[in-house]
Amino acid sequence: MQRSDYLIRRIFFALATLVVVIVFNFFLFRILPGDPIKSIARSPRLTREARERLRVDFGLDKPVFFDGERLREGDVLGAFDTQFTAYVRALLHGNLGISYRSRRDVAEVLAEKVWRTVVLVAGAETLALLFGVGLGLASAWRRGTRLEMTILLLALISWGLPNFFLGIILLLLARGHLPVGGMVVPGLKPEAGLVYWTDVGRHLILPTLTMAIVYTSSYILIMRSSVVEVLSEDYILTAKAKGLNTFQILRDHALKNAMLPMVTMVALNLAYTVGGAIQVETVFSWPGIGRLMYDAVQLRDYPVLQGTFLLLAVSVVVANLVADLLYSVLDPRVKAE
Amino acid sequence: MLQFKEIWRTFRRRPMGIVGTLMLLSVVFAAIFAPWLAPYDPEARIDVEPEDLLSPPDADHLLGRDDAGKDVLSLLIYGARVSLTVGFVASFMSMFIGTTVGLSAGYFGGRIGNALMRLTDFLLVIPDLPLMLVIISIWGRGLWKIIFVIGILGWTYNARLVRSQVLSIKERQFVLRARAIGAGSLRIMLRHIFPQVLPLILAQAVLSISGAIIAESTLSFLGLGDPTLVSWGMMLNFAFERAISRRAWWFLLPPGFAIVWVSVGLIMMGTTLEEIVNPRLKTHHLFDPRHMVALVAGLRPKVEAKGALE
Repeated sequence: MQRSDYLIRRIFFALATLVVVIVFNFFLFRILPGDPIKSIARSPRLTREARERLRVDFGLDKPVFFDGERLREGDVLGAFDTQFTAYVRALLHGNLGISYRSRRDVAEVLAEKVWRTVVLVAGAETLALLFGVGLGLASAWRRGTRLEMTILLLALISWGLPNFFLGIILLLLARGHLPVGGMVVPGLKPEAGLVYWTDVGRHLILPTLTMAIVYTSSYILIMRSSVVEVLSEDYILTAKAKGLNTFQILRDHALKNAMLPMVTMVALNLAYTVGGAIQVETVFSWPGIGRLMYDAVQLRDYPVLQGTFLLLAVSVVVANLVADLLYSVLDPRVKAE
Repeated sequence: MLQFKEIWRTFRRRPMGIVGTLMLLSVVFAAIFAPWLAPYDPEARIDVEPEDLLSPPDADHLLGRDDAGKDVLSLLIYGARVSLTVGFVASFMSMFIGTTVGLSAGYFGGRIGNALMRLTDFLLVIPDLPLMLVIISIWGRGLWKIIFVIGILGWTYNARLVRSQVLSIKERQFVLRARAIGAGSLRIMLRHIFPQVLPLILAQAVLSISGAIIAESTLSFLGLGDPTLVSWGMMLNFAFERAISRRAWWFLLPPGFAIVWVSVGLIMMGTTLEEIVNPRLKTHHLFDPRHMVALVAGLRPKVEAKGALE
């Protein structure tokens, strides 16, 4: 199989996944008992104009998926003039509905908050990767020593440690020394420049650390077994026979080859990281997408819930596609599965 | 079965596995004998004075009281029942689905196999926790709904694992012979292939119990637990909302440590088992032979093989 075939298949799979996510997201909110979409459109909390706009935008007076009656009348196009097509049309226009509570455009709210989560997740992932790769390499190289045992024991405990509980522990420990909630000291405005951003940075420390600790453990474990596998390859023996020292072997041969599976892992881990962000943002009141989702759950704010879920799912699918493409560039051996 | 006797013989010599098993058994013991172990009945109506609310530990209440004046230790002991129920039932569900999917995908291959694996890949990239949050908040809160959601989303890794094993087992001589004498597909899958993968599935099941327990406590912490039951996650939810400002550590920390205790126990058990039934390379070319004796039971991370399996 050609590499381009592989790429095309991956892209096709990602697109198919996105379509399924969108269809799924549509039905989830309409099939389950309670039908939140209809109750929103009737909600007295919205103004009459907002309700009317929702009704038109999301075609709530139309059939859900398919109009059998109009098809029998020979109106093929009309048969697809349904809530589903209205939903897709609204989605393509970036219209995700109106928040039940804040009455703001969901897309607007998401756009405002998304970078906060991106900063948090990116920081935590970077830290986790650095420590995970380092400690994983060390524990594989020093196989069977006390160092490996210690690293493994720590990795194992933090594997069984829920994100939110580690957050609570750090919160209790750090209270009084570091800010434990929110994004910035109340009253401080972005106009304050450096003071403002330093304060945001201080608020980021605990949430980032919490996520980084939990995700370091999984990177340690993956890196360790990846390195152990690489170190038992014959080319390591060759390198040793050539007279390279341990440091050179680890850096030039082991690290480079063992890093390959990490690319896939970072992307796959993102699906978990997103879940971690919800917990950590909840504990530390970090006003990002995760906290938004938590609040939406508490307030039964379904349009926001639907929007955040869609955003999170789409980001993870896209990240996985990028990782697949990157992998095939890094490792020319990749052709078929 | 001889196979299991052999596994046990190796397992009982691994300190990590034994310690993990004891950690799990202590929680199972607490769950079964909760009415005898718990000093108070959490269901009973109690009369409380204002100063009893969130009162710190003393001789009568070893772990203090919660925000409603109830004994934290008793709630903790009863909470084990919820966690273990969710863990075991959801894990059984995941293992059942995963094994069925993995067996059929591996055995039949072709279109069915491909379609099943695409479904698995699809579920693998969908973020679990947000999906669970969405489903539970629309469907409603309840123990069996939580179990169902965790079980139905947790089978993907097991399916891939089983499939990759089946792919190699089905090419072996004994399967070909069975087919040659006319055994049907179902019989070959259940009688010849399944027993070969079973040990690996069991190791995986132990790990997935810990995953399910953590998932339940996370959902409960985020306010989506069964409102009629007090699970550890639910206690943390109450404690986080009401006790953290008063620094009531006796209400905050015990349920969290209970979750960590049981899940670390299960992880230790599961990884040891996995190491035994799925022997990997135990040494490498930079290995210092002096440390050979001290070789610890290796850890096989749950997520590790996800990318590497295919």
